[in-house]
Amino acid sequence: MTQSIKQSNRVLLAKLLATSVMMFLFALYVMPPLYNLFCEVTGLNGKTGGQYQATEVVVDTSRVVKVQFLATNNESMPWGFKPEVQSMEVHPGQEVEVRYLAFNPTGETMVAQAVPSVVPFKAAEYFHKTECFCFNQQPLDGGENAELPLRFIVDQDVPKQVHTITLSYTLFDITDKIELASTSP
Amino acid sequence: MAHGPAKGITRWLYTTNHKDIGTMYLWFSFAMFLLGGVFALVIRAELFEPGLQIVEPEFFNQMTTMHGLVMVFGAVMPAFVGLANWMVPMMIGAPDMALPRMNNWSFWILPFAFAMLASTLFMEGGAPNFGWTFYAPLSTTYAPPSVTFFIFAVHIMGASSIMGAINIIATILNMRAPGMTMMKMPLFVWTWLITAYLLIAVMPVLAGVVTMMLMDIHFGTSFFDAAGGGDPVLFQHVFWFFGHPEVYIMILPAFGVVSQIIPTFARKPLFGYASMVYATSSIAFLSFIVWAHHMFTVGMPVAGELFFMYATMLIAVPTGVKVFNWVTTMFKGSMTFETPMLFSIAFVILFTIGGFSGLMLAIAPADFQYHDTYFVVAHFHYVLVPGAIFSITAAVYYWLPKWCGNMYNEVMGKTHFWMAFIGLNLTFFPMHFVGLAGMPRRIPDYALQFADFNMYASVGAFLFGAAQILFLFNVIATIRGGRKATDEVWENPEGLEWTVPSPAPYHTFSTPPDVK
Repeated sequence: MTQSIKQSNRVLLAKLLATSVMMFLFALYVMPPLYNLFCEVTGLNGKTGGQYQATEVVVDTSRVVKVQFLATNNESMPWGFKPEVQSMEVHPGQEVEVRYLAFNPTGETMVAQAVPSVVPFKAAEYFHKTECFCFNQQPLDGGENAELPLRFIVDQDVPKQVHTITLSYTLFDITDKIELASTSP
Repeated sequence: MAHGPAKGITRWLYTTNHKDIGTMYLWFSFAMFLLGGVFALVIRAELFEPGLQIVEPEFFNQMTTMHGLVMVFGAVMPAFVGLANWMVPMMIGAPDMALPRMNNWSFWILPFAFAMLASTLFMEGGAPNFGWTFYAPLSTTYAPPSVTFFIFAVHIMGASSIMGAINIIATILNMRAPGMTMMKMPLFVWTWLITAYLLIAVMPVLAGVVTMMLMDIHFGTSFFDAAGGGDPVLFQHVFWFFGHPEVYIMILPAFGVVSQIIPTFARKPLFGYASMVYATSSIAFLSFIVWAHHMFTVGMPVAGELFFMYATMLIAVPTGVKVFNWVTTMFKGSMTFETPMLFSIAFVILFTIGGFSGLMLAIAPADFQYHDTYFVVAHFHYVLVPGAIFSITAAVYYWLPKWCGNMYNEVMGKTHFWMAFIGLNLTFFPMHFVGLAGMPRRIPDYALQFADFNMYASVGAFLFGAAQILFLFNVIATIRGGRKATDEVWENPEGLEWTVPSPAPYHTFSTPPDVK
């Protein structure tokens, strides 16, 4: 091999290696945030946004949207977990408060995390939470009860064909995860 | 510079010769093919009759997982890299690969990766049991402890593939003989160049996704864990962003192989050379924008389903161009049907069947019905077995006389072909029917109405397996002796590889050939 070919082989090697390192970092650091952003923009997977700052709006009393509340325990989560009411009818623009009830029947302190999801997906971006227990982890001592508050507004711009919105919370036991995070470096 | 191979084991350990490394890749891949085949036969033996008789469901899951992983990463991919090592330098008139030491390294880390993967079978909790697609949370929260070894094995395979791909690109771009312009390169070289770029783009993504799994399992992150703010569906997006180009990585070199073989035995130049190059590039590009057709059922906006549905159907256009080109090459040719040609013609026909079932699966509303049934299993085995495996087999029969200087036994070759052809159709064709009737994949038991077709499939699978033993025997017999091959081997074949003596000397094209 002549020296010039050797040189161009090395240059190409460096470029292609750099490309693969970039693709690795792309998968690790760009794809997950990009996916979350995409979900937030499109309401994909019924993901709801973060805390919403309520603004002065006129409540649209001409329309009624039914909001249903669901509660699910993930796999072996032993807590009692249910909404105070099964469903309610709200006007778009109106701020509403409901509560979920949680009960830890075990003898130990546990930490839970609720993850919300909305169907239909296209309603997700019109469902605003001004306060939600899902924003925080929920520690609960053994045998304790808790009332978990949720305040939300259905946006006035919610599409006309949406008559019912179903809000579902899945409750995860993250006690082990918290311990792992506090012990690992 | 001009010297023969070193003696003994060190020849293989320290070699930087593209022919030695190609040979090692091919033997390694064949060993993995047999191992993955044994796993497949365990599956088919269990499914011979309804009910559970031979293995536990837990072990059955390990078999489906290991079969997929070993066949994809251990058999098909190394076989194509082996063919590239042997043939690419000889086809473009280069003395060797561009980066010979890295070539040695990229091969020798592979046996370690697969030893590690196979060792998980003997670990507490068993081997990975979550399917070759290792969807989270099956592969994170619910995975056996051996998943960590699986992750590192995938890292090593990925490193090996990336280094192999870099080497092939550098060889093709920098080492061509004077006069060998890009549009004069044989199609096998072209398809491998494009495949190598696909590898560099997506193997790091695979490494990324297993790294995220590793961090979720051991370091408390929550990429794929909803409880911590992650999303298991993200896994599927990242995985299939790798996975869809990956399936073309396994088929584009196959396109190249049959594009070399069909003109030789039709005694006509390849029809539509330039369109073949452009079709291959289009397929490679489209492979990046269709990944979500593997996951129509996860819940997507209608616009998304439509986009991925139409983009997927679009792939049928360049693929159709290739199929028509092969058929047109054969049209009015003076065809003879030696073993490589038989495998290539079967490739064209059976791969097209697999393509059609792919189109059926591309229809998003219909896919909800077919998803996770044996119809999917039938589809991807029709594109991979007569696609990748048949083309590799055809390539071995086509170039083996050049490699070892002896002709293989034609009667044995044809017997191998017909056993494999009948075996594979008997195995996979009935799977279309049981799939459409609703038999789910990856389950060790099934409802009674699927019994007959499953019995046929199991018989076919054992026939296909037996055919491969015959193949092994034929190859060994050819290496040890047989009728001497001429330098051209076939009648007026195209390509620089036929201008060197048979068997190909240890060093070829130390001085570049004249390319007209």
